[in-house]
Amino acid sequence: MQIYLPIAEVSVNAFLLLGLGGIVGILSGMFGVGGGFLMTPLLFFIGIPPAVAVATEANQIVASSFSGVLAHLKRKTVDLRMGCVLLVGGLFGAALGVVVFNYLRSLGQVDLLVKLSYVVFLGIIGALMFVESLNAIRKSRKPGAKITRRKHNWIHNLPFKMKFRVSGLYISVIPPLIVGLLVGILAAIMGVGGGFIMVPAMIYLLGMPTKVVVGTSLFQIIFVTAFTTMLHATTNYTVDIVLAVLLLVGGVIGAQIGTRIGVKMKAEQLRILLAIMVLAVCFKLAFDLLVEPAELYSIGLGE
Amino acid sequence: MLRLLSLLALLATPALAQQEEIVLGLSQNAVSITATFEGSDILVFGAIRRESPQPLGDLGVIVTVAGPDVPTTVFRKERRFGIWVNVDDVVIQSAPSFYAVATSAPLTKILRASEDLTNRISIPLAVHQIGTNVLDSRSFARALMRIREENRLYQTLEGTVDVARDTLFNTSIAMPANLTEGSYVARIFLTRDGNVVDTYTTTIPVRKVGLERWLYNLSRENAVLYGLMSLAIAIAAGWLASAAFGLLRR
Repeated sequence: MQIYLPIAEVSVNAFLLLGLGGIVGILSGMFGVGGGFLMTPLLFFIGIPPAVAVATEANQIVASSFSGVLAHLKRKTVDLRMGCVLLVGGLFGAALGVVVFNYLRSLGQVDLLVKLSYVVFLGIIGALMFVESLNAIRKSRKPGAKITRRKHNWIHNLPFKMKFRVSGLYISVIPPLIVGLLVGILAAIMGVGGGFIMVPAMIYLLGMPTKVVVGTSLFQIIFVTAFTTMLHATTNYTVDIVLAVLLLVGGVIGAQIGTRIGVKMKAEQLRILLAIMVLAVCFKLAFDLLVEPAELYSIGLGE
Repeated sequence: MLRLLSLLALLATPALAQQEEIVLGLSQNAVSITATFEGSDILVFGAIRRESPQPLGDLGVIVTVAGPDVPTTVFRKERRFGIWVNVDDVVIQSAPSFYAVATSAPLTKILRASEDLTNRISIPLAVHQIGTNVLDSRSFARALMRIREENRLYQTLEGTVDVARDTLFNTSIAMPANLTEGSYVARIFLTRDGNVVDTYTTTIPVRKVGLERWLYNLSRENAVLYGLMSLAIAIAAGWLASAAFGLLRR
């Protein structure tokens, strides 16, 4: 069934969108990532104008993250205090990101920079996670292996310390604020929630237990993407509500299924799967940049 | 020179139009874009009215439908530091968002090049290139046409106009689903030995209707409300899904 999207001004198959939303929703629930880093490129492929895809995806992430966070709240695996600190950084970051985005657009190279930042970030994070979780799985197989305690590093020597009871941490608020800020910037530029960067940052940089990481990142993502949606809707008029509804119907159902699958899996397995997925998207994007395209010309509207 | 030609055409047309004149009908005088819009076929039909016996010369009928003109930027990629990057861009001052030419015979047989130039009938002439001083701008314009032709946005339909008994003609033009809103201009040219003897112009408005129109207007005129509405729908859908699955598990 074809549906005409009023803002995107294209006609697309409704079931295709529902299916895409569902699959990305499952992944989003499993890993606590918004799924934007998969969905946004997929929307480009089916012919949605990039500006509309980025803005609408932000709105869809609000829905799937909200649905996911409710499940986590019930299990008390959300560190609300940490989430709020991350959020403060995230809101500033998103505003900054939109300014950067508009500057890049005036240079006419926004597409390339978005793709390059995808390749760089996904590549680094995917590789790090893959190696780390592989080691973790190997260690857990050996009987009687010692569980190494988290080491104290420079992060623990910063001022403005705060107690995060749910995470069992007593650390400075500066690292989470910076993590939130950076993720906010990337969220606005890349049209993603930023979970795929925040989740590893929370585990490896802040030393949060994997159990609360997913719920907490979802909590922060809701507000940052809601803020981004409003910015896009009021400045660029690129949020397509019909597209968003189709994606989120599939997405919220998928997220519920995904959250339940995620609970049944071990943390290391979850991490290695996420790492593989992140690397796959990274390779695909890098491949597209390196191989000569079939059509060297492309059309952009306006001057 | 161009101006002189069009002036000549203007002077010449009324005199000849006395002999042969186009009478036109359209299957629909507006295209409405609804939520389930899948494109639309427009049937253009008409007759040639004559006061006197048929003049000599080969008869030709050309039907064009053009979407609103939009300035368009075309980018070209080149390999830089190992990756493919947009390096050049050319602004095409005015290119129709949609353009179809249907003819009763191969275009070059029923239309002189000078007449094509005056009336801008064939696709390359319909895409204007004004004020581009880039060396290679022609290949950019060709690329624009190539890409749009692949997307069925530019169509050359030679021999698809049926002419019966040198008097009645009809053709059907398929408009794709990804149409831009605006006034579409349909032009019909009647030619004798490659010279245009009569033209007829009419507009076909293409507009979103119903929910599509309401949402589009709201997003432009009341962006904050539209944004909040989008968020409210997202939150509600997220909560509903969560609640529904909670019930299912019990």
